Amino acid sequence: MTTSPSAADARRPDFMKRDRSWHPPAYTPGYKTSVLRSPKCALLSLDQGPGEKTGPTFRADMLHELDNDLISNFASATGSTGLAIGERIIVHGRVLDEAGRPVPNTLIEIWQANAGGRYRHKKDTYLAPLDPNFGGCGRCMTDENGYYFFRTIKPGAYPWPNHGSDWRPAHIHFSIFGEAFAQRLISQLYFEGDPLIPLCPIVHTIADERAVQQLVAKLDMGEMRPFDCLAYRFDIVLRGRQQTFFENKREGM
Amino acid sequence: MPVEYLKETPSQTAGPYVHIGTLPGHAGLPIRQNETLNVIEAPGEKIVIEGIVIDGSGAPVKDAMLELYQADSKGRVGANTLWARAGTIFETGEWRFDTIRPGALEWRGGKMQAPHLTLLVFARGINMHLHTRMYFPEDEAAHATDPALNRVEQVHRRRTLIAEKVKDGHYRFIIRLQGENETVFFDM
Ligand SMILES: [Fe+2]
Repeated sequence: MTTSPSAADARRPDFMKRDRSWHPPAYTPGYKTSVLRSPKCALLSLDQGPGEKTGPTFRADMLHELDNDLISNFASATGSTGLAIGERIIVHGRVLDEAGRPVPNTLIEIWQANAGGRYRHKKDTYLAPLDPNFGGCGRCMTDENGYYFFRTIKPGAYPWPNHGSDWRPAHIHFSIFGEAFAQRLISQLYFEGDPLIPLCPIVHTIADERAVQQLVAKLDMGEMRPFDCLAYRFDIVLRGRQQTFFENKREGM
Repeated sequence: MPVEYLKETPSQTAGPYVHIGTLPGHAGLPIRQNETLNVIEAPGEKIVIEGIVIDGSGAPVKDAMLELYQADSKGRVGANTLWARAGTIFETGEWRFDTIRPGALEWRGGKMQAPHLTLLVFARGINMHLHTRMYFPEDEAAHATDPALNRVEQVHRRRTLIAEKVKDGHYRFIIRLQGENETVFFDM
């Protein structure tokens, strides 16, 4: 089942160039793993063609109704009603493009450690225990206004080998598709007030403090559920298309 | 009216546990185990693309996640099915896609591109995903006029974008992140 009128997508205006100074560079020696995994040659700039201005589309009916509820989705998959341990939170917000337009019907995937800072992954051997009711995997689609919503637990900080034992601030990994492959993005969400944020070598791969602040979800007491869970607001911005004289009209057609 | 632009959300590494969220079965989670995201079922000639990602010391990257996007056999894009995702085998770094041979895709202004696959590489230590392309060795004539290959000024580097044919319908593509024969990565 395909939904993409690719020819029409491909004729829409190009996406604006990425501001590579806002993103982390490839070579960031403070994050040691990047040293051998960073290309040394300059990236080759090229205009976008149909293969960059279109992208995979996903449908809400491919998802399970509990996919965005990390508190219950793991136990539920094994027929249990158990709930994950940890601070219960809502993470919600909108996906917009750089022109401020909502990005509807796009897939968001998230993954995270449990409340003790342990990932349910073959390769994670941290001494904090697994939570039998927590998988740490979630996904959802944005609605027609670009809005998304997850329920989860606040992940724990965890140590990792870098300069001896560095510590990751609590974070949730985010993957967003957008409407074209040129908008593809994977990043991380941090939590307002976490004192580990300024100490993290991975956070510091980003040079501009304003860009770092864009990754910090804000406590949102307006959306907390009384006697249930706190809420954090996290808006995501994807690349926008170049504006043309006809663009607004075309959007409305 | 002046438009006030927002800034794009900055990228962060996908980290070593990217598979939990993107390929949970691969990470070892007992969920979504019927998913075979590295297989594309579509009309056309079935092909296998296998390969490895190599770091600047020559060692395989064993914790990567790759995404593939490509035209269908008639050279059209946008179809939901022509996207795929693969995790590297943790012991060896090998990855594999089962897909179909893409047709030649149009370029801007009605020109044509040589048949190719778009590949994105995500991994620990990669701060922002790397975007490359894989072309087929038998399409030499089309390569001569391909707009992307022709933008690579150092002619010997064009070879980094062309797969090796292992046998009919089976290709091997080495992605070198750094060093001699570093793969060409795009900013598009
Ligand atoms: Fe992490």
